[in-house]
Amino acid sequence: MVRPQDRKFVTADPDKCIGCCVCEYACSMVNEKTFNPTKSRIRAMRLGPLINLAVTCRHCEDPACVAACPRDALKQDDDTGIIRVDENACNGCGWCISACQFGAMNMHPDKKIVFTCNSCTDNETKEPQCVKWCPEEALTYVTAETLAQKYRQKAVKNLFQTAEENKAK
Amino acid sequence: MFAYAGKILHVNLTTGETRTEPLSESMAKSYIGGIGLGIRLLMDNSKPGTDAFHPDNPIIYCTGPLSGTMGPTAGNGYAVVSKSPATGGVGEAKAHGFFGPDLKRAGYDAVVITGKAPKLSYLWIDDDKVEIRNGEYLKYATVNDTDNKIRDELGDFYIRVSAIGEAGEKLCRFAAIINDEFRAIGRTGMGAVMGSKNLKAVAVRGTKDVNVANMEGFKEYIKMIHERMKGPATKKYKTLGTPENVLVLNSLSALATRNWTNATFEGANKVSGEYLNEHYVKKIVGCATCGMRCDHIAVVPEGPYKGSTSRLEFECLWSMGPLCGVDRLDAIIEAMRIVNEYGMDGISIGVVVAFAMDLYEHGVITKEQTDGIDLKFGNAEALIAIIHKIGKREGWLGNILAEGVAKAAELIGGDAYKYACHIKGLELPGYDLRTLKTAALGFSVSFRGACHLRNGAYSPDVKGKVNRFKIEKGRGKMITDESHMYNIIDSLIVCKFSRGTYYDGWKDLTNYYTLATGIPITPEEMTQDGDRIENLARLFNIREGKGTRKYDDVPYKIKNFPVPDEGPAKGACVNDEEMAIGLDDYYASRGWTAEGIPTVERLNSLGLGDLAYIAEDAMKAAKEAKPQAAVATTGGN
Repeated sequence: MVRPQDRKFVTADPDKCIGCCVCEYACSMVNEKTFNPTKSRIRAMRLGPLINLAVTCRHCEDPACVAACPRDALKQDDDTGIIRVDENACNGCGWCISACQFGAMNMHPDKKIVFTCNSCTDNETKEPQCVKWCPEEALTYVTAETLAQKYRQKAVKNLFQTAEENKAK
Repeated sequence: MFAYAGKILHVNLTTGETRTEPLSESMAKSYIGGIGLGIRLLMDNSKPGTDAFHPDNPIIYCTGPLSGTMGPTAGNGYAVVSKSPATGGVGEAKAHGFFGPDLKRAGYDAVVITGKAPKLSYLWIDDDKVEIRNGEYLKYATVNDTDNKIRDELGDFYIRVSAIGEAGEKLCRFAAIINDEFRAIGRTGMGAVMGSKNLKAVAVRGTKDVNVANMEGFKEYIKMIHERMKGPATKKYKTLGTPENVLVLNSLSALATRNWTNATFEGANKVSGEYLNEHYVKKIVGCATCGMRCDHIAVVPEGPYKGSTSRLEFECLWSMGPLCGVDRLDAIIEAMRIVNEYGMDGISIGVVVAFAMDLYEHGVITKEQTDGIDLKFGNAEALIAIIHKIGKREGWLGNILAEGVAKAAELIGGDAYKYACHIKGLELPGYDLRTLKTAALGFSVSFRGACHLRNGAYSPDVKGKVNRFKIEKGRGKMITDESHMYNIIDSLIVCKFSRGTYYDGWKDLTNYYTLATGIPITPEEMTQDGDRIENLARLFNIREGKGTRKYDDVPYKIKNFPVPDEGPAKGACVNDEEMAIGLDDYYASRGWTAEGIPTVERLNSLGLGDLAYIAEDAMKAAKEAKPQAAVATTGGN
């Protein structure tokens, strides 16, 4: 049994992500055996040249998508946190899509049922394919704790750097 | 046939009719896609002598065979081909970004658009559903606003839009078509052809799969290219970017300055790639599927243009910077931003402004005619002011300059032609041809007019592989060989910034093509495709009366104004004798006549026998007009 805090998910670093969609292509290539971003479980968002971020399922604790499903078609995997879709139960109503705050639930264009990140694992790197392919190394497969540590370190570094710079002035 | 959509869409804007036809495998293999397929479709879907702005002139959107796949750079391109309103010959340009793959996923290798919509419209391609929609509410909207408004109207963020701005609507002859804010179908005035059709934009949503023939092999191949894209072949584009050229060309006395008055710029350090990156570049972003990145997004941190944001590459930095004598990057960034909003060719606009500044400095035009703008070289505010006027065709001068330097010089008359730097009607890009003479020859024979990207002829000069102050035998073959590669790159629509990652050249490209399409092709066959495309384009120009020897020339200024700057380049300029040697050598290496016409045997061997009549007619005409033709070869531009 994996502790909930050890569950990993894919996250994009806003400083590094450039919205190139390589993750989308890698995802559809591996999971759908074709090239088609509308069948990708991760989507890149570019709101302008300087505002880019790839977004996918964060395997939330007590996930809203699961709670919203009127047909019990969604279940969260205890070990991994992955949201599993029962393809026979899902009728594509999209309640989970409106429930997800990250827009990480997608409607499959052919199957007309929802799908989301399955943390597909590469044999070599033991990480999802999008992480492996990201040319900017903007995507990481992390636990919430390592993510928090990363930003804490950054915040502290910035704080001291600013203090040093102010001193220098 | 994998990777190709296998379908060509025809749209008639006058009648509103649409139909599709299949793309045959032989057509695919012979012309690849992109500009190759586009030029063939242009030839087959147009009548000789049709004006570029006539409704019958088709404008053709093409994807490449790799568009829509995960192929780095090749996966994200599209090309637009039409008769150019600037040159009267082949017009073509490519753009990357995010638009191309959606057009492929919608299911089209090409979209042939003819006719003229009764009112401003846009074309909405939603997979199989094709609709001509009202675009009147988009009148004079900037490119980016058009993009946002159409996506709002149709209610899908991921719709991709390729649009024109005010300049295109007002038939500026160097208007561009722009997608994804700053990715431009830049050269040869394709935006004006759109404008002439009352076509504001093409919006597309593609949701179909793009499948390749050999998924495992293709995956390994792109993995390899991704690795190579980490460097060293891409170092320049990922670090300083193409603006690195500013100091390189300046050190070679090849940085055309003040409309080819000087070949070095005293302000080069203030507009260098080094300076740009240190003070302005905020982030380097990239296109869909790309494993490298090159878009240097520059933001002005302070001053009158504070907050102005644009992507800046060498060519546009040069054209609106050194060429206009401007050494202020903040103004150049702002100029680039507004040029993108109006939707204009960022190279041509700078050359047009520099031309006007040259005329102003020489008293050919006066301050009354500029509406009070002090169009002196180096005046950054004047640069911005005149760009607005050109974009809107405002005032006497703004209206005339929107015609491009060739036509503007005719309209202004007098000595104006001496300062108009163009080849075949297309403004020169950023190389001083007086000190880079392989480039002088290469640019002169480029089928779309002055262009550094039809055969890369500047490269041997800049890299020191040849004596760049001289045109001699052997250059012709150099240009011929390279042109085949460039034609294929533009037909596969591989980004030229990535060309260094194809270490094994033709072998890498044929491998790429076959893994994706399943169509076997050898390097020899693909080289021949490149040759075929070059001859095809030449035939189109000949058919339109713009393709013979007298059109292969360099501008007056390049021949008559020697470089004044001290140093090894002092006194350099191009003379008619060396141009004649170069052209003879080039035509011989192509198997063309001394008039620059492909022979019937040559065309037959390339599978262009069906078009040999164009060459035969031209040879007959050349024979009859021999005395005049001989004079014309030594004449002006």
